[in-house]
Amino acid sequence: MTTPSTTLLKPKHQRLVLVLFALAALIGAGLLAAFALSRQASYFYIPSDIAAHPPEPGRAVRLGGMVQKGTLKTMPDGVTIHFIVTDGKARVPVRFSGITPDLFVEGSGVVAEGRMEGGTFVADNLLAKHDEKYVPREMKNMTESDAKQVVAQTQ
Amino acid sequence: MIAEVGLALLWLAAALAALQLVVGALALRPEGRALAGLVRPVAVMQGLLVMGAFAALVMLFVTTDLSVKLVVDNSHSAKPLIFKIAGTWGNHEGSMLLWVTIMAVAGAFVALIERRLDEATLTATLAGQAFISLGFYVFLLIASNPFARLAQPADEGQGLNPLLQDIGLAFHPPTLYVGYVGLSIAFSFAIGALVTRNVGPAFARAMRPWVLGAWIFLTLGITAGSYWAYYTLGWGGWWFWDPVENASLMPWLAATALLHSVSVLQSRDALRAWTVMLGVVAFSMSMVGTFLVRSGILTSVHAFAVDPQRGAFILALLAIDIGGALALFTLRAGTVTEGKRFGLVSREAALVFNNVMLSGILGIVLIGTLYPLLTEAYGVKVSVGAPYFNPAAGMFAFPMFVVMAVGPLLRWRQDRLSGARSGRRLWPLAVCLALVLAVLVGVELTAHGIALLPALGLSVAPGLLLASLLPLRGRNLRRTPLPVWGMVVAHAGIAVALFGMASESAFSVERLAALSIGEAREVGPWRVSLDGMMPVAGPNWTALEANVTTRYAGGTPVQLHPRAETFTNPPGTRNESALETRWNGQLYVVLGEQAEDGRWQMRFWWKPFVPLIWLGGALVGLGGALALLGRVMSDIRRLVAKDKIAWRRMRQGR
Repeated sequence: MTTPSTTLLKPKHQRLVLVLFALAALIGAGLLAAFALSRQASYFYIPSDIAAHPPEPGRAVRLGGMVQKGTLKTMPDGVTIHFIVTDGKARVPVRFSGITPDLFVEGSGVVAEGRMEGGTFVADNLLAKHDEKYVPREMKNMTESDAKQVVAQTQ
Repeated sequence: MIAEVGLALLWLAAALAALQLVVGALALRPEGRALAGLVRPVAVMQGLLVMGAFAALVMLFVTTDLSVKLVVDNSHSAKPLIFKIAGTWGNHEGSMLLWVTIMAVAGAFVALIERRLDEATLTATLAGQAFISLGFYVFLLIASNPFARLAQPADEGQGLNPLLQDIGLAFHPPTLYVGYVGLSIAFSFAIGALVTRNVGPAFARAMRPWVLGAWIFLTLGITAGSYWAYYTLGWGGWWFWDPVENASLMPWLAATALLHSVSVLQSRDALRAWTVMLGVVAFSMSMVGTFLVRSGILTSVHAFAVDPQRGAFILALLAIDIGGALALFTLRAGTVTEGKRFGLVSREAALVFNNVMLSGILGIVLIGTLYPLLTEAYGVKVSVGAPYFNPAAGMFAFPMFVVMAVGPLLRWRQDRLSGARSGRRLWPLAVCLALVLAVLVGVELTAHGIALLPALGLSVAPGLLLASLLPLRGRNLRRTPLPVWGMVVAHAGIAVALFGMASESAFSVERLAALSIGEAREVGPWRVSLDGMMPVAGPNWTALEANVTTRYAGGTPVQLHPRAETFTNPPGTRNESALETRWNGQLYVVLGEQAEDGRWQMRFWWKPFVPLIWLGGALVGLGGALALLGRVMSDIRRLVAKDKIAWRRMRQGR
């Protein structure tokens, strides 16, 4: 049987062990984060990206574009909507079940969070322009450059 | 007039902060010793002046002075009084003023009542506090003056975002800010101790109540913010891993680690450099959060108007403060001598393990929050959400929960897990473990399709709750010190909140429906029916209010009234959800729009045991408050005893 004092490390060694343990855990956290991010980060697509390189089905992605005029249809259940998101070059049909944001109308910009299922983008959540002070980041760039042009094309 | 007075007070306070820094720095040299007496009064005066400036801004908002730009941009004469007051900090400039106010008042408070720390370290601490404050004063006065006037007074203000017109705004931001800024005290203590090379139990004893106080406010602020988001946003979620939520979680994780390591330093004189490091990291995380939110670099519901100049300014502040502190740490850490030793199986080791796990979670959250910024630099837009954060943080959280159950039962310094005496101590832990396994098997057998994380949470929580009560076993409950009660309550709170989170994500039932008047639906055990719609009006909004009858498992009907509110100043809408709370969960009802065929879109959630999340958070805060109360009371008792001794000596003429 050992007395407790002999099982304790020397102070210098103890500090070294602590530093190594903390480093190992932090590096572990970093590696884990890098690995998980490469699988779980959700990339932002515009319709022409989806046409060119469709994401693998079921992978969470975000889709941004304008809601094409005349394509917004409510299904008989009253809560599911279908519409087409366009960037002027390509068109992606979107399905969404839920309460739409207040400023979500035809011709407005939208960012949809969801996944591709077949040829349809199934949205879990829609982000629309909240008010003048809050615009989703992806949409701000878009509205500055393309919005007018896109709206003109989709009207 | 009030605006000019406010601005003048702010300039004076800034000048005093500069004085405090210079005098504090000089007083640390042998030839400047005579100046040391000046530091405390200057700190107190600075706190009073900045309080005056803040009161002036509140006054401007209360009277809706439409010649002041900030008031015009963010307020409206027809707003209810409470939102006029709360609107003071519902904008960028006002919230920064609140920040420096709390910072200066906290500094003044330290200067007034801190008597245990040696005078040199206290002077260095107050100088450090002045240094950080000074950066924020410059930021306020140059880049975001809250008192700026308009050339032409406006006719009417633009009002406050409807989402912010909620009683939550009156409490959530100030509470969180007290927490964030309270950590600046820990930061300054760490710097002070590094400057004077005086890191030891006395330093820890002085620092601990401040850390504890900041941590209580952070805990309550995060809990309140989570509940606020849950009921006002109408999304039915309680945590969105939004950058700003992460910005409040990261300081909390660091402060939790700091709180535990400071207690090791206090009672065992170990973990010296580590504690100082955490003190620096905790406030750095608060500032990183501020930077992320205020600069508008990350999109968030919380972002105020985006201004690149401000972003660059805060980035510079951040670099100076954090970089400086880390440089000081690197220079001085080598001279902080090693603390006392401890064995692999000991309470210290358990605390170290959990410190490291908390740091791991902190790393996970930090990387996930900053990752979109990093990819943006390479032209790739990504967003990071729950699918990343939940499992990655869980990898560190669950081992932490296990050690959290065992740690408080271990002895300091060195313990052994074999032998008859430790067996008697450890068999209740075996009971807890059996409980965990039993629940896990039960969950897997009875409920199908539950994901791994919620199942683990559901099974770990009861065992953890039981284990967190174990430190009370064999004690006389009436003589148990308050700090022990505090620890037990806070640990139990973690278990309670964990159960709520796991249950919410495992058992929530969501029902989305378009209902015509008189139609009914089943939502889990509930039967809900839409009975009618009625227009209602509030002080500055009009709304459509639904009358929904709900019935739990055939019981007595309860009326709920979710509303869709329309605001005119500024124009906007808000869905006010209606909640019905039972002991075993909450029914959540949101009213949407009217469809073309006249039916109403409604969204229902039945969330079993979801209130436990916030109850748990409140318990954690209460635990902290008990611990703080215990410390303060024992301090007062010691002071009273000292006074008595001094008085007796005086009477005896010694």
